[in-house]
Amino acid sequence: MAIEVRIPTILRNYTDGAKAVSAEGATLEELISNLEALHPGIKERLVDDGSLRRFVNVYLNDEDVRFLGGLGTPVSDGDTVTVLPAVAGG
Amino acid sequence: MLSIPQELVDQIVAHARADHPDEACGVIAGRNGVPERFIPMENAERSPTFYRFDSMEQFRVWREIDDRDETPVVIYHSHTATEAYPSRTDISYASEPDAHYVLVSTRDENDVEFRSYRILDGVVTEEEVRFLP
Repeated sequence: MAIEVRIPTILRNYTDGAKAVSAEGATLEELISNLEALHPGIKERLVDDGSLRRFVNVYLNDEDVRFLGGLGTPVSDGDTVTVLPAVAGG
Repeated sequence: MLSIPQELVDQIVAHARADHPDEACGVIAGRNGVPERFIPMENAERSPTFYRFDSMEQFRVWREIDDRDETPVVIYHSHTATEAYPSRTDISYASEPDAHYVLVSTRDENDVEFRSYRILDGVVTEEEVRFLP
């Protein structure tokens, strides 16, 4: 088993168009590193200067990871991680 | 071009008027690029110069859209003191390449500007809006 990661439209150019991919890791940070190994370039779109980008929302199952432990949030097999760009502007 | 029923236009404008002077925001979901289902969203910023969907509300709405095989056809928000044209922050955070970005301006209380754009890789293209009966 692995962790399913749901990819938003705007990042599917890194996943050959796939809406969901699998990756592994014990924390969100490890998961994103593994994702980067499988889909080079994607990490930079999610992480900036060691933390999650401000306008990217990442959810572990039904929770925003900002209210859990950010990049340090533990993840385990069978979890679903969803990435959604924040809808925002001025 | 964006073709949109007048009823949805009226709902967007009513939402923008109700939240004035703060910016209002929301989504119209639909299938095959046809705008159908009006979903007003909370502006988590409650600001006259900025908007951001509440992250948990967005999660629930996006999942529902996905479960119904819809897409966010229109993403709308209001400007309350300036024209209905995407701001620099609108352009830099635009992240739905297939969406019509609708801007309404409520700066004039007797008149409303309703305009639509595609925003792709930092490039804004205004498009014609056809109002359907």
